[in-house]
Amino acid sequence: MKRLFNHVLTAAKNACGILLATLREIFDEAAYARFLNRAGMVSSSESYAAFRQEFEEAKMRRPKCC
Amino acid sequence: MNKPLVFLVWGVVAALGAVAVGTVALHRGEPINALWLVVAAACCYSLGYRFYSGFIAKKILALDGLRATPAERLENGRDFLVTNKWVVFGHHFAAIAGPGPLVGPVLAAQFGYLPGTMWVLAGAVFAGCVQDFVILLFSVRRDGKSLTEMAKDEIGRVGGFVAYVAVISILIILLGVAALIVVNALKASPWGTFTIAMTMPIAVLMGIYLRRIRPGKVLEVSALGFVLVLAAIWGGQYVSQHDALARAFTFSAPALAILIMVYGFAASALPVWLLLAPRDYLSTFVKLGTIALLAVGIVVLHPTLHMPALTRFVDGTGPVFAGKIFPFAFITIACGAISGFHALISSGTTPKLIARETQTRMVGYGAMMAESAVAVMAIIAACVMQPGIYFAINSPAGVVGQAPATAAATISSWGFPVTAADMQALAHAVGEQTLYNRTGGAPAFAVGMAHIFSHSLGGETLMALWYHFAIMFEALFILTILDAGTRVARFMVQDALGHIYKPLGRTSWYPSILATSALIVGAWGYFLWQGVKDPLGGINSLWPLFGISNQLLATVALCVATTIIIKMHRAKYAAVTLVPLMWLVAVTFTASWHKMFDSDPRVGFLSQARVLAAGPASGATARLIFNNRLDAAVTGVLVVMVTLVLAESLRQWFGILSGAREARMKESPFVRTRFAEERG
Repeated sequence: MKRLFNHVLTAAKNACGILLATLREIFDEAAYARFLNRAGMVSSSESYAAFRQEFEEAKMRRPKCC
Repeated sequence: MNKPLVFLVWGVVAALGAVAVGTVALHRGEPINALWLVVAAACCYSLGYRFYSGFIAKKILALDGLRATPAERLENGRDFLVTNKWVVFGHHFAAIAGPGPLVGPVLAAQFGYLPGTMWVLAGAVFAGCVQDFVILLFSVRRDGKSLTEMAKDEIGRVGGFVAYVAVISILIILLGVAALIVVNALKASPWGTFTIAMTMPIAVLMGIYLRRIRPGKVLEVSALGFVLVLAAIWGGQYVSQHDALARAFTFSAPALAILIMVYGFAASALPVWLLLAPRDYLSTFVKLGTIALLAVGIVVLHPTLHMPALTRFVDGTGPVFAGKIFPFAFITIACGAISGFHALISSGTTPKLIARETQTRMVGYGAMMAESAVAVMAIIAACVMQPGIYFAINSPAGVVGQAPATAAATISSWGFPVTAADMQALAHAVGEQTLYNRTGGAPAFAVGMAHIFSHSLGGETLMALWYHFAIMFEALFILTILDAGTRVARFMVQDALGHIYKPLGRTSWYPSILATSALIVGAWGYFLWQGVKDPLGGINSLWPLFGISNQLLATVALCVATTIIIKMHRAKYAAVTLVPLMWLVAVTFTASWHKMFDSDPRVGFLSQARVLAAGPASGATARLIFNNRLDAAVTGVLVVMVTLVLAESLRQWFGILSGAREARMKESPFVRTRFAEERG
């Protein structure tokens, strides 16, 4: 019974992790983290402004469906 | 799992699906429970995914888990990025799920729940999911190339040019229709208008928070923005009850149309979109949350469908839009069954994120199934209403009359009883002055959604709040598409104009930005204005035009897919894309013929122009005549162009199959994935 409970708990944790990762990707938080990593910067107003500047035009070219 | 058990499980799913589909299809007379639709959909999707997509993946596409994808080969941390398959799935679904699968099924519910449900299920499993899946895989094998580029490479220059023109046309018609839906939802609605107006300062606050207080914490700020939007919905009821404030936020349809055009231009041409960008996140947050909530609400409430399986309007005399069940049911519902627009997403961002070829099945086929499920929910939301109420909301004044008593009497005479008192009570319950003549599908969907939510979460007292929540959700969603779509179209026009005069192609050159923004807004604004001034409500003309152009793009996508399959020497399996292609050609060409030449003036653009020309002449009539002729010309041009692509594709197919032409594909060369080595 305990093994089953642990199994379910691990599966639930994994599912939550994936859901959070998906939301972070959809909401561009992951893209910002990659930008910081690539540019060797830490999160700040300036680095976020630089990220938006680099990211915005590419994002705005993406069509959204009807 | 051992084999007999697998057979047993799938046998049970198949049997359950057959019973559910049979009940939905054959039950007549008594209303049925919405859960039958849910079970039918779940079984069809499971079987389609497990067996049909499995067959396509194995026999036709030969998905190769050892072949490196562009995300791996060209990884740059920006566009090309190896990403978890579930994350790509969510990302892809968020990009393809727009207002289409919500609005189309609501409008098509005038035929009853049966035609829409059957088309959504069969269309998705055999056409829409297949299109999204194969285009995604073919793009992955071509370094993430777009549909336009693939059409040019595999079919020829005509294919590329037509795909480009079709995309621009769809964008413009879509933006015009989408704006009209917002106008019809917000006209004479101070509560709704106030809520939507409040999203602008909320977005600015979110922007300040994102930049100054917690840089990059988008999820956090979206949750905060959502709470503020809920507060704005709550506050809207006090605005609607306050004389001066209610007057300030009450707009006529033409006034709202002008405001939306100004908004579209500003969002495209001025740097205000930097401030409004957080609204995009807010819209996505609300969209995903609401779809999930609606699914839960339907299962919890499992409501009864009051709309009959088939209505008398299958004969083409429907008040919501005119035209017979074939072909109009099949172009009215595009996004929930098959949408050419999805091919743009499947050949846009998504192929650059796929880690393994084998994942294209889950992302391409699977995400479209999820989109189709959203369309099933929209059918349920429309059909839980009493049919009389559904028709009172969706019928234009030009068909049922302006006065409440006249409209109620007309609708009741069709066999769908409704009284002016019923409509008044409903309008009061949702906090509106009136719900008559609210064409466009959004208000009807909002009433259905409010019904489901209020009966499963919060009771009748929250009906008005849920209604305005639904209106806010749809309007916010559509306005985001309006500003994003205007910019995408502007970039496309700038790219093209750059070939003629270089500075026009520079996206930072202000004269070019202003000119192309004005061009795009002027184009969709023209369709919007035409819809606002149309005595038949606008949707009657514009939604079929949008459906035709969207499915003509799907025709181009399926031509590309079939050409590649034949070039892959898999001609014996080409039916998987060829049959949906033939169906779409039959549907779109028939619909186009009807929209241009049908003798019924409610259906055919040219016959409506003739009827108007025979009547008393005035400036307004002359404009209506011109608009009808323009709509006919737009339809004709699109059909001619797609005919050219079809002819070019046929030439390719016969050339290859007869051996006269070499089957040369433009695939990227095979490179072994490093993941295979990592795993040993």
